[in-house]
Amino acid sequence: MTNRPGDWELAVRVPDRVEVRSTVPHGAVVAVIGPNGAGKSSLVHALAGLIPAEGQLVRDGTDLFAVPVQERGVGLVFQDRRLFPHLSALENVAFGLRARGVATHEARDTAQEWLERLGIGDLAARRPDRLSGGQAQRVALARALVGRPDLLLLDEPFTGLDVGVAATLRIELGQHLAQFGGTTFLVTHDAIDALTLADHVLVLDAGRVVQEGTPAEVAARPRTEHAARLVGLNVVRDAAMLRAFPPSAVVVSVSPTAPDVSARHRWRGRVRSAAPHGDAIRLQTEVDPRDGDPRTLIADVTPAATRELDLVAGRAVWLTVKETAVTVYPAATEAAPGADRPAQDG
Amino acid sequence: MSIRTATARPRRIGPAGGDPLGRAPAALLVPATVAIALLVVPLVAMVAAADPADLWEALGSPLLQEALWLSVLTSTLAMLVCLLLGLPLAWMLARVEFRGRRLVRALVTVPMVLPPVVAGVALRSAFGRSGLVGEPLLEATGFAFPYTMWGVVLAHVFVSLPFVVISIEGGLRSAGTRYDAAAAVLGATRWHTFRRVTVPLALPGIAAGMLLGWARSLGEFGATITFNGNYPGTTQTMPTLIYVARQSDTDAALTLSLVMLAFSVAVLVVLRDRWLVTS
Repeated sequence: MTNRPGDWELAVRVPDRVEVRSTVPHGAVVAVIGPNGAGKSSLVHALAGLIPAEGQLVRDGTDLFAVPVQERGVGLVFQDRRLFPHLSALENVAFGLRARGVATHEARDTAQEWLERLGIGDLAARRPDRLSGGQAQRVALARALVGRPDLLLLDEPFTGLDVGVAATLRIELGQHLAQFGGTTFLVTHDAIDALTLADHVLVLDAGRVVQEGTPAEVAARPRTEHAARLVGLNVVRDAAMLRAFPPSAVVVSVSPTAPDVSARHRWRGRVRSAAPHGDAIRLQTEVDPRDGDPRTLIADVTPAATRELDLVAGRAVWLTVKETAVTVYPAATEAAPGADRPAQDG
Repeated sequence: MSIRTATARPRRIGPAGGDPLGRAPAALLVPATVAIALLVVPLVAMVAAADPADLWEALGSPLLQEALWLSVLTSTLAMLVCLLLGLPLAWMLARVEFRGRRLVRALVTVPMVLPPVVAGVALRSAFGRSGLVGEPLLEATGFAFPYTMWGVVLAHVFVSLPFVVISIEGGLRSAGTRYDAAAAVLGATRWHTFRRVTVPLALPGIAAGMLLGWARSLGEFGATITFNGNYPGTTQTMPTLIYVARQSDTDAALTLSLVMLAFSVAVLVVLRDRWLVTS
C-alpha cells in the first residue's frame, strides 16, 4: 500500500502485549482478527489512549499519541459496552457532547437524532439495565459516533448477542460504516465480520501482525491456523508452502490400514467433537503428532456417515484429502518475512 | 431432620422450606445468637429500667433540648465538612497513583485507633489557644476553637473523617475505573468525570460513609470534652450531658440515654429506607 496524504500511519507498541505497524487509508474499515490474547483489545485501547503505548499514530502530520485521551476524539465501543448505568440512553449518547461543552438542549437534540438513526429513538428514556443486548449495543454505537470521530474503534461489537440479533446488527453496522466518513478498526473473532464489513484485514498472533491484506486474500490464503479456522479452512504447513483445503474436501474413514493416498494427504486423527454445521456434521479432530504439522483438522461429514462410522469423541479415524481440493501458496508474508515471524508455540 | 419417603409431593431436601445446602451448623449458630444477645440485651434492659413518666419530663428539659440540638447540629456540620474534605481525599487515594499513597492512607487511619481522649489532647496541642496552629490563628483573627461550637465540630471531624474517607474510598474502588475510562474517551475531563460519573456511581458508598461519620460524631465524647470542656449551649452535647448527669443522678442519665437511643434508631430507620437499601 503506498503512502498517501490522509492515510493513517500506525506504529504501535505496547510492551509485552502487541506491536503493529501499518498504513491504513482514511475511510477504510480494518478488521483485526486473531486468537484470544493476540493483543487485539490492547491495540484498540492503545489507539484510544487508555493504555500507555510507544510509537505513533499519525494522520496529516498530527500524532494522536501526543494528544491526551480526552482530546483524541476517537469513538470507542468497548467490548463490555460500558454504558453509564445511571444515565438514560439519551443521556449516555449526549454525554460526550456535554463534556465537550455543547449546550444541554442542543446535545440532547443531537443525541435523539442519533438514536433515531440507529432505530431506537423510542428508547431514549430507558436506563441501560432496561435495554436488551442489541439495543444497548446500538446506544453504545450512537454514543461513539455522535462526536463525529475520525477514528472509530469497535471492540468485539457482537460479543454476547444472540445469533439473530448479531446478524441484524451486522447488516446495520455495515450501513452505518458506509455512511461514516472516518476510519474504523473492528476487532472481531468472527470471520463473517471481517469478510462482510472490512476492506482490510490485520491478522494478529502473539502480539504481532502475521498477515495483512484484503478479506478475499486472507480468506483464500490464510497464513495462520487461527485465520484458517476463522474462514473455515484447514491449513497445513509444508516446508515453505502452506496447503489450504475446505473441511468439505476431507474424507473420514475408519479402516485399520492406511488409505491408499500419498502421505502428504492423509493423517491419523482422533475425533474431539462433532456438531451440526449447516446440513453437515462438522468434526473437530486432533491429528496424531507423528503425522506432522496440523495439530487439528476440521472435516464435514454427512449425518448418515456420522452414525455409520460411529464418529463420537475419542474415535480414531483416517483423514484424507484429494490433491485437487488443495490450494498451495507460499508461507512467507510480505508484512513479516522470515526472522520477523513470531515463534509459534508448540 | 427426617427424610420423607417418596410421595406425590415433590420431595424436599433438608428441613421444610429450608436451604437445599442444609441448616446452619451449631458451631456458627450459637456464637451468632450470643452476638445478637450481647448487642440487644443492654438496650432492652435500659428501656425496661426507665420510667416513661421521667422520659416525658426529661424531654421538656431545656438542658436536654439544648444538648440534643447541639449534638445534631455539630454532627451534621461535621458530616458536611467530612464530605467536603473526605470525598476528595478518598478519590485521591482510590484513583491517583502518587508516591507515598500508602503512607498517607496509614496516617489518615491513625485517628481511628487513637483513644478519643488522646485525640482531644492532640487537638489541644494543635488548635489550643497556645497550640501550633491555634496561637497564630488567635493572633491573626482573634478566634480560637476550644470551648466553642466550632471546637466541637473540629473534634467530631478529627474523629470521624478517617471512617468517612476509608468508607468512601471503598465505595469508589468497588465502583471501579471502567466508566471513568469510558468518560475520558468521550472527552470528559477528570473533573467532569468525577461529578457526572464517579460520584453518582459511588453514591451508595458515599452515603454509607456519611452516615457512618455522622453516627460517629453523634456519639463522640472523649475528644470533645477534652478539647472543649462541657458548657451547656456551646459545647455540651448529648454524650457529655449524659456523662455529667450520670455523676449526680443515675436515673436522669438513664432517661437521657433512652432519648439518645430512640433518636439514633429513628435516624437509622429513616436513612436505611431512603438510601441504604443494600442488595
